[in-house]
Amino acid sequence: MLARTADNLFWLARYMERADYLARLLQIAGHMSAVRVDTHHNSEWESAIVAAGCRETYFEKHAAADEATVIQYLAFERDNPSSIVNCIETARRNARAVRTALTADMWEAVNASWQELSSFRAESMDADRFAEFLDWVKARVGLFHGVYSNNMLRRDGFHFTRAGQFLERADNTARLLDVKYHVRLTQVSDVGGVIDYYQWLAILRVVSARRAYRVLFKGVVEPARVAELLITSSVFPRSLAFCYQQITQHLDAIESQDPRLAAEAKRQANALYADLRYARVETIIKNGLHEYLTQLIERTAELGAQIARGHLF
Amino acid sequence: MRSGTTIFDEMGWPSGTRTPYALIDAWLKSVPAEQLALKRREAEVLFRRIGITFAVYTEGGDAERLIPFDLIPRVLAQAEWQHLQLGLEQRAKALNAFLHDVYHDREIIRAGRVPEKLILHNSEFRPEMAGLDLPGGMYAHIAGIDMVRTGPDDYYVLEDNCRTPSGVSYMLENREVMLRLFPDLFRRNAVAPVAHYPDELLATLRSLAPPNCPGEPTIVLLTPGIHNSAYYEHAFLADEMGIDLVEGADLVVSKDICYQRTTAGLERVDVIYRRVDDEYIDPLVFRPDSMLGVPGLHFANRAGNLTLTNAVGAGIADDKAVYIHVPEMIRFYLGEEPLLNNVPTHDCSQPAELRYVLEHLDQLVVKAVHGSGGYGMLVGPHASKTELEAFRALLKSHPQDYIAQPTLALSTVPTFVETGVAPRHVDLRPFVLCGADRIRVVPGGLTRVALKEGSLVVNSSQGGGTKDTWVLEN
Repeated sequence: MLARTADNLFWLARYMERADYLARLLQIAGHMSAVRVDTHHNSEWESAIVAAGCRETYFEKHAAADEATVIQYLAFERDNPSSIVNCIETARRNARAVRTALTADMWEAVNASWQELSSFRAESMDADRFAEFLDWVKARVGLFHGVYSNNMLRRDGFHFTRAGQFLERADNTARLLDVKYHVRLTQVSDVGGVIDYYQWLAILRVVSARRAYRVLFKGVVEPARVAELLITSSVFPRSLAFCYQQITQHLDAIESQDPRLAAEAKRQANALYADLRYARVETIIKNGLHEYLTQLIERTAELGAQIARGHLF
Repeated sequence: MRSGTTIFDEMGWPSGTRTPYALIDAWLKSVPAEQLALKRREAEVLFRRIGITFAVYTEGGDAERLIPFDLIPRVLAQAEWQHLQLGLEQRAKALNAFLHDVYHDREIIRAGRVPEKLILHNSEFRPEMAGLDLPGGMYAHIAGIDMVRTGPDDYYVLEDNCRTPSGVSYMLENREVMLRLFPDLFRRNAVAPVAHYPDELLATLRSLAPPNCPGEPTIVLLTPGIHNSAYYEHAFLADEMGIDLVEGADLVVSKDICYQRTTAGLERVDVIYRRVDDEYIDPLVFRPDSMLGVPGLHFANRAGNLTLTNAVGAGIADDKAVYIHVPEMIRFYLGEEPLLNNVPTHDCSQPAELRYVLEHLDQLVVKAVHGSGGYGMLVGPHASKTELEAFRALLKSHPQDYIAQPTLALSTVPTFVETGVAPRHVDLRPFVLCGADRIRVVPGGLTRVALKEGSLVVNSSQGGGTKDTWVLEN
């Protein structure tokens, strides 16, 4: 297939996945601030910024992370290329550039999202309407995933789309888990306390994993088990191991006449997958969860660049 | 065709109902206006959702606009269409023969039937194409012939679009939307289908494989990109044909062979249905600053390794001054009498003609010879004093750049407007496909309608709309 088409499909899937993730982050941040136990520790909006990977760019412009500013920045800000609104617009631009590679349903899912987007105005949005907006984003991305999974031919176009979706998801999951490193508790005695507990719970809720956790671990929320679920679980579809299983599977399926060129991306993906598959959470935590996640985020970014190089994007 | 006299209404309004419109007339009498309004909104939602938009280069606003769609179909009887089709095929054959001739022996010039100056000094003439033999001797492979009707049996060709005519996607989508909105109407009328156009187009492109094509040709559609006003159509046609939609940067020419960059390396391309203008197609030969074309494309074409459709240089056949000579071409190359009329045209470069035009400016339509899209145009009877004076000055200073024609009384068809159903002026653009094997015409075309009362300007860039065009099977 045309290299440009592959590139557009890859990014289309990435931006749709990112829009979904941001909507989830904002939903949970809102929820956390509503049920806050201690009104002095309002770190949830800062957590959202950190988990969105926007810490540097955000604090260049804003001194503090308060609710209104964070919502504006992550959901609607034109100057933030990764705001939800920009994600949907970029996804649609990518889709429009490769309309012939999309099924009609796929195009309609993306195009209608973009059209409806204009009915949500940041200025006139109260809390109820904003909650509606976040639900709407999740539903639209769900629709997109549904139609592309059901309609696309299982050929290169599909494999690039899937690879894009799961590469983005891997990056998001790693950042989400890393939030606990950045958002420090104010007192040492808070570790294991109520706030700590709610923060770990919030992480689970962002990735809709509260129930998955209960089914798999049957107990109260413990940091090591949350890390296990999000890093090494082979059955949880947002874990890093699951994401990399998908990435390797689809990269391996892409036809290439020039095996040398595509080989490096495959090698990197498979090496990462092997790491994750055989990793032990206890060891990771002992050696430093933050260091592990940082390295993973870097390797994921490098893999994205390598896929582009290997397939002439 | 006298101006301002009687206007032919294709439905027969107000005196009676012509046979092809019997069922439409009955339907219009039975359907309440509110329901039509409802259906029109439904149609708009469908068009938006499918993304059938076109870009307009104007100040601000919505960059992606819908062309207004009118729900009431324009109907042609089978016999009427038969006549049109023969006329269109005849015209397309003559135009292609003319193009082959001007890039080879120029017999028509030597025979004194077309002035040499008109061809060789024309900016649409491409000396780079001289002596090159093309598959089947065809140049204008996809031609959009703009026609108007002035009476039951009177059809006039306004213009032959031989470069990159657009609009066929509207013909197809208009039908699609009508089928969704009014399935019943189609059950009661035997309407000739048009949905096979993309298959016919693909067959045409296949027949044009270059001499050195190894096996089954690889065909792509070359678009200037998403900012082009017809981008939707490019994507639509590529999709319908199952071929790749490429941009200049996706192609590369090496040793006179054209390739596309794929995820698996370079893949040879044999036929390009290009929607990029001549000037931009190859920066090595034409405009060197073009970012839309591909360096070396012209040489791949000359080497017999690549076919470009339409051929470079086909624009010389649709120049408005060359238009005057099309009836002569038909007689010269085919030995036949033209089946479709040419509009009597005044060539302003002739002093006597210019004098006549200046005296009758308020009754004539003046068109720029190298213009398109209706911008460089004066509709005398509807022009203000200032506009008339401006054109008078232009005609005096650059007479060779203009032609003038009488204002035709374009036929009207019933159209759903604010005040209800009312007659509005229309034209018709059928698409003629000229392959190396044969000529193909899908029954119908794009009907454009001037939505403003009394207006004769149907261009979508100036507030025109479109209609579904029906050719009845019996």
